[in-house]
Order: sequence, then structure tokens, then C-alpha cells
Amino acid sequence: MSFIRDTLLVFRRQERLALRQPAWVIIGLMQPILYLALFGPLLTRLPAATLGTTGNAYRFFVPGLLIQLGLFGSTFVGFAIISDWRAGVIERFRVTPVSRLAIMAGRVLRDVVTLVVQAAVLVLVGVAFGLRAPVAAVFIGFGFIVLVAIGLASVSYATGLLVKSEDTFAPLINTLVVPLLLLSGIFLPMTLGPGWLQGIARISPFRYIIDAMREAYLGQYFNTIMVEGIAVAVGLALVFLWLGSRVFVRENA
Amino acid sequence: MAIIEARGLARTFRSRKRTVEAVRGVDLTVGDGEIVGFLGPNGAGKTTTLRMLTTLLKPTAGTATVAGADLLRDPLEVRKKIGYVPQAIGETMGGTDPNCLVIEELLDQAGLYRLPRDEARLRAELLIRQLDLGGLEQRLVKTLSGGQRRRLEIALGLLHRPPLVFMDEPTTGLDPQSRSNLWEHIGRLRSDLGTTVFLTTHYLEEADVLCDRVFVIDHGVIVADGTPDELKRRISGDLVTLRVTGEESGAAAARELLDRQPIVREVTQADATLRLTVEHGEAALPALLRVLDAAGITLESINLSRPTLDDVFLTLTGRSLRDDSASAHAPAGDSATEPETATAGKE
Repeated sequence: MSFIRDTLLVFRRQERLALRQPAWVIIGLMQPILYLALFGPLLTRLPAATLGTTGNAYRFFVPGLLIQLGLFGSTFVGFAIISDWRAGVIERFRVTPVSRLAIMAGRVLRDVVTLVVQAAVLVLVGVAFGLRAPVAAVFIGFGFIVLVAIGLASVSYATGLLVKSEDTFAPLINTLVVPLLLLSGIFLPMTLGPGWLQGIARISPFRYIIDAMREAYLGQYFNTIMVEGIAVAVGLALVFLWLGSRVFVRENA
Repeated sequence: MAIIEARGLARTFRSRKRTVEAVRGVDLTVGDGEIVGFLGPNGAGKTTTLRMLTTLLKPTAGTATVAGADLLRDPLEVRKKIGYVPQAIGETMGGTDPNCLVIEELLDQAGLYRLPRDEARLRAELLIRQLDLGGLEQRLVKTLSGGQRRRLEIALGLLHRPPLVFMDEPTTGLDPQSRSNLWEHIGRLRSDLGTTVFLTTHYLEEADVLCDRVFVIDHGVIVADGTPDELKRRISGDLVTLRVTGEESGAAAARELLDRQPIVREVTQADATLRLTVEHGEAALPALLRVLDAAGITLESINLSRPTLDDVFLTLTGRSLRDDSASAHAPAGDSATEPETATAGKE
């Protein structure tokens, strides 16, 4: 099918460009690894009950860091499309017969591949620090962050293409991402918070996804937390993918 | 055969409160194999028209057939047939990624048009030769000179052998030498391949040298259309400036004499200098000399000058294209229009 062919063409081009400047992939990975190394050890001193895990703080912490990696890694990809737009590359592609949706899809695919590689490195480093979790859980976790990345990257590209200015894009994304991240209970369980904070935290979709990932890391695959997490992740991916694709396939740009 | 046929093409933009009619109904017919120039001051609707014809913007009214396909019903078919070289100056650049290699850009472009791999290689090699890009294949785009990068962007527009190429300000921002070099390449496109070229330009000299036909757009409508020569003739005729030897009385006599000639439309006198407006200056000159000679009037000098496209433009739009380009673009780019300015200044 030509859409798949076009998507792979855009993917290969973007992958090639990313590998030419691998610094960004490494910088993106540095942050969660620093948290793992410099913040993780603090959690190991907390009573296991506080974190709701059975004796291994990293089972709690690594899923949070994976979401953090996915959230930052994919919400800021829109930056790149602003410079592509400015170079005239987007317009040049839009005048060719290439699928306009593939212009986005190829990029999102590249971001997903990058993220999975980063996530694998993060999990391995986690194991070195003392993470012990079922292999199946690790893959389920990857599944969740892939869904998160598909949705967020799509919407980030669309936003970049709409605002067309880094000066607008950066504060916009920061304003949205930081509260969402804090409300998701990445570093500490939200259940430690007062009632009002727990109430607000219900609005962050990532809260449900992290909870489900943590269940998986504890070996619990079949329960309502998991069902909720999957529903939110799939719903989020579909809605954001749809929103993003609308910007790319519209007739005027 | 017409390769572009547009009727009543219009585009209205709506912002919060205002409605802006960027293009109010453009009729265009471009024949197969023509090189056509599209002139207009900034904001006249030039770029909007080009974006509609290249499927980047949907017209709010009107119809068009571009390269044999219906612009509104089958934009994908239009995209397959046309080449596009984006504007390289202003908000967005000419379409190449600074971090790509030259050869990667060419092969990716071939992929976008779904050329088979072998054919893509051959086309890339051919265009590298034709556009003097030899030896640059493995260079990053950001290391190219302005002229080289522009030639690459033109090569990308030609990769799939389109019968029709749109070029948005192909030579803006280039030094005069690169510019005339590009003119040669564009001219050869037509002579070697029969490619139709539709270009917008700020440079009247470019339209003059390169284009078979010129459309002038202002306030969203086409205000004139014709060969550069036709347009110039339509506006003002040619200008003959002559200086009579001796006293002012000689000039007065000459004036009286010339006024009676049917080929002379208008005579003005300032001391010993006469300025005449005539149709077809080259043909008029020998006749004028004969008449003056027969009357025993001797001349110190005589000079024939043609109206420039800028005069045409000024008459049609009330604005000088040159001023417009000077404010919008790099001063280096403007020096090529200087000879015309000098002639105009003498009048």
C-alpha cells in the first residue's frame, strides 16, 4: 500500500537525520538515568508499604521514569517540525504525490523506535541498580509508552505545524507537560497526597497508565487497574492521532 | 495546447474580524512550452495564486486545469505532473534540509514520486550533471553556496521530469553571476525538454531576459499580460533624446519640423535638447535623421531608449517593483537592475 511505503520513506529519512546527530537521543536519555541514579536510592530507604510494592522500590520507580521519558521525548518532537517547516521541507513534500498523512506517520514511527531503544537502555540500567521485574511486565510497559508516544508525538507535530514558532511552542508544551507529569505520581505515589491533590490527579490520563504499568511490574496483569490503564492509553493514542492527522491532511497549510 | 487554464481563481482569507480578498478572480492561460513570468508587488496575490495552482491552497472560487488535471477535483494528479521550487527567502526556505546530503535529497525526492530505484539513480546523476552539481553529492546541504543550494532545489523540482514547473522567485537572493547562470539553466529546460516554466519574480530584468510572456498582478487581479516587448510598447512607446548643435533657435526649428512628422507622438524641448516619444524607435530613427539632415539641422548626439518593464509596472500599478524588492530583499540582488535604472535616470 502506498501509505505504508510513504511512511517508511519518511521514517528512513528522519532516522538517517537522527543518527547523524545522536546527541539528542543521548541527552533525552540522560535525564531519566540521572533520576534513577541520584533519586532512586532515596526511595529504597522508604518503607515498602509506602510505595505499595513488595520490597523493590525500582518496581515502583522505573515505570514512572519510563513515562517521564515518553512524555518528554515525544511532546518536544514538534520542535523539529518547526525547523522543517522553516526550511520549506514540509511544503516541498506537500506538493509531491506523497501521502500527507505519511509526512506525520513516518516521523511518529521514528520517534517510537527511538523511544523504545531509550526505554530498553533505561530498563537495563534499572536492572543494574537493583530492579527485579517479570520480563512480560517490561514488554507491557513498552507497549504503554509506545501508545503514549504515538499520541503525544502526533499532537506535538500538529501543534508545531500550527504555531510555527519555537518561542510559542516551548512555553506552551512546558505549561502542559510539567503539571501532567507531577500529577501522574511519577516520583511518589499520589495516594500519599491530601484528598484534594488526589482528586486533581484523577484528571491526568498518565496517572492511570502509570498505575497499570506498576501493576504489571508487580506481576498483576488481570484487574480493573490494568483495564483502565489500557483503555486510557489506547483512547489517548487514537484521539491524539486523529487530531494530529487532521492538521496534516487538511487541504490548506 | 494550454497547460494551465485558470478561470476566476479566487482566494479569500478570513481572520477574526476582517475578510481579505487576496486573489479576486484570476484568469490565466499558459501554453505548452512557454516560460511565463508572474510579476507583482508584495501582497498583490502572486504567492497566493502560485500556492493555489500548486495545490497548497484551496481556491475559494474559480476553476483551473493544471497539466491536464482538474485542480479542484484531482489535486493528486496535478501533484504528480508538476514540479515545484519553493521560494528560498522569507519565512520559509527553498525546501532542502541543511543536514541532508545532496544525493540523499535527490533520492528521497525520487522516492516521493515513487520512481523505481534504478531510474532514480539515473535521474539524479543526469540532474547533477545538468545543474553543475558534480562532486557535491556527498556534501551536506548546509555546506553549499547559495547558488549551489538553489540549483539543487531546482533539480528536486525537475526530478520526475514534470512537463510543468513552478518556480517561486528562483533567483532571489543570489549574486548576479549565479543569477545569470540560473537563467541559462532555466532557458535550457525549455529548449532541451520542452518544459513549461511558470515563475514569479521581483526582477524585471529576469522577466525581460527569460520570459516569453509576462502577467502583471495587482490587488488580486491580472492587470496586464503580454510579451515584455508588447507591454513596454503598449505603455509609452520609445523615447528619442537628441541634442541640436548651435543655438536654441536651431532646436526650435527642429522641434517645429519634428512635430509635423506622423511617427512622432510628442515632442518636448529643454534648451538644445529635444525629447520625442515615437512608436517603434529603431524604425523611426533613420527616418528622423533623414528629415533633420534635409533641413540642414546638425545633431550633437542622439539616443534611443526603450521604456523598461519598471516603467510599465509603475504605470500599471502605481508602484515601482524595484523599490518593492529593495525593501524586501538583500541589496546584492538588486544590482542587476541597475543598468535599467541608469537609463531611466537620464530621461
